[in-house]
Amino acid sequence: MKRSYLIILKTAVWVACLWPMALLVRGALTPHGLGADPTAHIALTTGYTTLMLLTITLGITPVRRLSPRLGWMIRFRRLLGLFAFFYATVHMLTYVALYSNFSVQAMMDDIAKRRFITMGVAAYLLLIPLAITSTNWSIRKLGGKRWSRLHKLVYVAAICGAIHYWWQVKTGVLLPLPFTVAIALLLLARPVLAWKQRRKMRAAETV
Amino acid sequence: MLIGKSPDIPSREITPRDDYFQYLSRRRFLRGAAAGGVTVAAAALGADRIAQLISPGIRAYADSKLQTVKSPLTTTGEQLTSLQDITHYNNFYEFGVEKDQPAENAGALPTRPWTVRVEGLVKKPKTVDIDTLLKMRPLEDRVYRHRCVEAWSMVIPWVGYSLSEFIKQCEPLGDAKYVQFLSYYDKHVEKWTSESTIFWPYSEGLRMDEAMNPLTLLTFGLYGDVLPNQDGAPVRIVVPWKYGFKSAKSIVTVRFLAKQPPTTWNDQSAQEYGFYSNVNPNVDHPRWSQKTERRIGLPFYAQRRTTLMFNGYGEQVAGLYNGMDLRKNY
Repeated sequence: MKRSYLIILKTAVWVACLWPMALLVRGALTPHGLGADPTAHIALTTGYTTLMLLTITLGITPVRRLSPRLGWMIRFRRLLGLFAFFYATVHMLTYVALYSNFSVQAMMDDIAKRRFITMGVAAYLLLIPLAITSTNWSIRKLGGKRWSRLHKLVYVAAICGAIHYWWQVKTGVLLPLPFTVAIALLLLARPVLAWKQRRKMRAAETV
Repeated sequence: MLIGKSPDIPSREITPRDDYFQYLSRRRFLRGAAAGGVTVAAAALGADRIAQLISPGIRAYADSKLQTVKSPLTTTGEQLTSLQDITHYNNFYEFGVEKDQPAENAGALPTRPWTVRVEGLVKKPKTVDIDTLLKMRPLEDRVYRHRCVEAWSMVIPWVGYSLSEFIKQCEPLGDAKYVQFLSYYDKHVEKWTSESTIFWPYSEGLRMDEAMNPLTLLTFGLYGDVLPNQDGAPVRIVVPWKYGFKSAKSIVTVRFLAKQPPTTWNDQSAQEYGFYSNVNPNVDHPRWSQKTERRIGLPFYAQRRTTLMFNGYGEQVAGLYNGMDLRKNY
């Protein structure tokens, strides 16, 4: 891909990723801009955006395997992953500030008693080491193999995130279903694609 | 011809409004206009002009104002939630499960003619017309805090009179210990009822002494006007010390019983929604704490507040539960 295209695309991705946050900020600055229940609106928007970005991030590896011409997509994986972490952080801060009013006692209570919060906190904690080791320096320091093994934690984080969503909604509400299906497909695509590649390589060897 | 009484104003010209103060100024305007003997044509023009000034969404009929009197049972010292939020953030599952759906869909509810059936353990079962109900007692302005089991809250200026006044007219028998309220149900009108697993019609119930407590309000209006459909028109109950779902909307049947009636949310999930469902910060919902609540309509940094035992109405109602373990009878 040409460098100029890449710059345009990168700008577009930045704008798209910042868009939900920009809407929240604008809403916060206008009277009634976040609706009747701003706290719930902020929590829902940031949580939803986190899952959306995580799902897209998980999609990059399988999609670029489909064709060598899609190789450039790897250049967006870190950016999307870090934006997912950014929204997860705002989501977490919403919980700490607007739901728990910074009360450690209230948060401890929640984590011990409410499984959807336990699961959400677990998902967030899993993302932290990934965000910290997202720099080139970390990759060099850890070595490619160890680094990618560590970053497989994102699979667990995504699964925890989806479960967190299911446990949060009322029984019978199916809103988390699309994310669940997408994440499941993207995770299952990995062994399938790896198996196909091995077969192709074996075929190449025997020729 | 008086403007307020004019039958010639078509409903499309009726003035929607977005807050009480605008509403009050409109009333003042209309009164002034009426005194001036303005003609129907001018009235239509005026209504049109005012309609342009006020945001759409809440339609009220010109004759929808209710004559009200003050009440010593009103809650003071609270900032009222806006009419916009009270009418656009609703749980009324008959018209959809999302908060904004009732405002969109409840127009389908036929609120006239309307009758309420009184049956069960009463001296004589009867059917009461809504207009008879409205005139039975003077209508009072009663501001109440409204606390939803989902941990959000509002402050709502209801209009109605104590349910006890109506119950006395029903002449219940001595062995009537509970009152059940059934809401309007027609699956052709309320198409959204098929989208949930709830067993319709919506049913709620109170113990007789709870129903007879003067705070329990037989409610016909809010903000001095008849109830908007999405808030339970034309008649509902409001039980301010209990979670919102106990306050049944659009009531068509009042039934007196010797035993505790089945109630909708309790049937759906008994461990989440008890029969009593008194507002109680010490008993958590399985999925969230009830210690605090979010006040609707405030900016995000100002919403969170402490939930009060019995929603702050303990002085009037705590006695109803003497000797009861409120952790067990949640």
